[in-house]
Amino acid sequence: MLTFDRVELRQGDFRLKAHLSVAAGSLSALIGPSGSGKSTLLAAIAGFIAPAQGRILWAGKDMTGKAPGQRSVAMLFQDNNLFPHLSAAQNVGLGLRPDLKLTQDDRERVSDALGQVGLAGLENRKPSALSGGQQSRVAIARVLVSQSDIVLLDEPFAALGPALKDEMLDLVADKLSAKGRTVIMVTHDPADARRIASQTIVVSDGIVHPPVETGPLLDNPPEALAAYLGGKKDKKGPLN
Amino acid sequence: MAQRAVPITSRVPAIAAAGLVLLLTLGTLGAVLWRAEWQGGLSPADWAAIRFTVWQALLSAAISVVLAIPIARALARRQFRGRQFLITLLGAPFLLPVIVAVLGLLAVFGRGGILNSGLEAIGLPTVSIFGLQGVVLAHVFFNLPLAIRFILQGWLAIPSERFRLAATLNAPIGRLLEWPMLRTVVPSTFLVIFLICLTSFAVALTMGGGPRATTVELAIYQALRFDFDLGRAALLAVIQFGLCVGAALLAWRLTGENLSGAGLDRVVQRWDTPKPWIDFLWIAAAALFLLIPLAMIILRGLPGMFDMPESILAAAMRSVLVAVGSSLLCTAMAFALALKGGIAVSVVGVLPLAASGLVVGTGAFLIVFPFARPSDVALLVTMLVNATLALPFALRAIAPAIAAIQQDFGRLGTSLGMGGWSWVRLVVFPRARRPLGFAAGLAAALSMGDLGVITLFAGQSEETLPLAMYRLMGAYRMEAAASAALLLLVLSFALFWLCDKWGRSDADI
Repeated sequence: MLTFDRVELRQGDFRLKAHLSVAAGSLSALIGPSGSGKSTLLAAIAGFIAPAQGRILWAGKDMTGKAPGQRSVAMLFQDNNLFPHLSAAQNVGLGLRPDLKLTQDDRERVSDALGQVGLAGLENRKPSALSGGQQSRVAIARVLVSQSDIVLLDEPFAALGPALKDEMLDLVADKLSAKGRTVIMVTHDPADARRIASQTIVVSDGIVHPPVETGPLLDNPPEALAAYLGGKKDKKGPLN
Repeated sequence: MAQRAVPITSRVPAIAAAGLVLLLTLGTLGAVLWRAEWQGGLSPADWAAIRFTVWQALLSAAISVVLAIPIARALARRQFRGRQFLITLLGAPFLLPVIVAVLGLLAVFGRGGILNSGLEAIGLPTVSIFGLQGVVLAHVFFNLPLAIRFILQGWLAIPSERFRLAATLNAPIGRLLEWPMLRTVVPSTFLVIFLICLTSFAVALTMGGGPRATTVELAIYQALRFDFDLGRAALLAVIQFGLCVGAALLAWRLTGENLSGAGLDRVVQRWDTPKPWIDFLWIAAAALFLLIPLAMIILRGLPGMFDMPESILAAAMRSVLVAVGSSLLCTAMAFALALKGGIAVSVVGVLPLAASGLVVGTGAFLIVFPFARPSDVALLVTMLVNATLALPFALRAIAPAIAAIQQDFGRLGTSLGMGGWSWVRLVVFPRARRPLGFAAGLAAALSMGDLGVITLFAGQSEETLPLAMYRLMGAYRMEAAASAALLLLVLSFALFWLCDKWGRSDADI
């Protein structure tokens, strides 16, 4: 269980309060207006921002003071998820060994992960020789080989077309969430949440609200969320 | 408190680099201040040196800028074959060893040069290049290209929409668009060139001399080398440092200059085209002024190129070794400092601009002298000083690239748990390869052509190629000097090209 124990995050004048728990192995959507603090919350889980108050715990253990690399957290950013000068296999290998000193066994695991995301045989391609969708798959393969319990997605698929984005979301659900990882993904699109997230965490007015079931929430959004969603609140179910 | 979103690397290399820079800049200054003999005050000769230093710099800057304006305007509004080549050529003097250019200028303007032969043939009196006119000529040769590039940038920075608007209004472009641009660009260009000319020892050494054409740096050299008057040399070094402090505050702008010539390949479309031949006359004159001296070096140097005395080849070998060492050290220091980042690093990076090579050399001489024979450490000191003096340029090339890498990939590296060494080895070094190669090439070429500190330290058996060449010129062995010049020219550009090429290879980033 990922627990926020009376956490307060501060960045300049901005304040965000979080007091909630997220069940281990769940897949949650993080939704809220721009500037509400979704990325700030992820940065705090990953260890890029230290809370001004409170503690963040994983499986009952305080991880507030740990460096980002020491946490059992993998994160996909909006962009720059791959090193452009390294091959697909090297990029995936970094999830296994951050110094890239891979054994034969490691290399096999890397190839296996690339195969699982549908990129078998593309080990030596550099990102520039891969399509946008394939690049996202490499990043997902890197999360696959890492032992991280928590996976944070900060809109890594935002630049992809709708069909490709749905493919990636399904890949996340099948390969990461179904294998017991705890996934939290930021999204602007309620359809994304409906597609794969059983529960949704709303961030608004400086408060991170505890997770609630996605379907009922989007069918009957509270006022603040309704204003943000606008026309989109009526859209039930995925587009395709 | 936000944590640093970049893998943490060791700070030891940056501290070591900063230490060396501080020792060579502030440390040598301290030595100079400590040993300076104040009680005698300044002699009339010292005052003359100060006056000459300032006067020749003012004159050089003024002539460079005045000539640069019509040439830059011509380049800004005319499209012709070879335009890009000419603009690339304008970047070359930065890498060109001073002594090589001086020899080329002598072949054109010197005794027995093209100009005087022509004057003699038509029965006119010949002119002497040595003294003020020679110093100014060499300075204009070096800085006219720089001035043209600065002012050309100003011209091309005027949005083309404004020219279109002015054309539809039939408004006077000169008063409306060009004059305001020149008013902002020309003063800063003038200042930068003025400050460069304050500290160009090699030009004064070769073209100046005598009571009427001695700069402060040349006086330092003479006090140290001929009179062995350490106190007076130190006092003069303090004066030179005073002159250079202004340089430090303003000349750093120079290092931001775009040396590749990228972005200058555009031509402003104009609807007022009065007398195109005047523009082409200016361009041709500038091209000839820059190209003929270089061509003369090749012409005169080529015959003896493959019949070089052993001593020249040995000097060339020493120069290459010093240049490679200086380049590696300079690039490593710049890399370490850029990785660390921060205000302190920027200050350390700018400090060497305030240092004149001769002041640093004098200070180093004073520090070394009690413990060792200066000639024993000549090459080592030259290498260290060259690396330090090239540091601001290297840092300007490397620091923005490394900052961008940290910005783009720092969080990814941190979240993957990369250690400092993995981060540098796997990410920063391969991704910064291109600016690293460029900086290494720049440092190598600058060191290769340097004729500064080495003149204070070297005996016969430690001479570098520029020094050997200078001594050949002093002995009027002009053919041999021309061959050495060609060798030096080839080696300087080859070193730059090799390093730059290394940076560009495998650059599928």
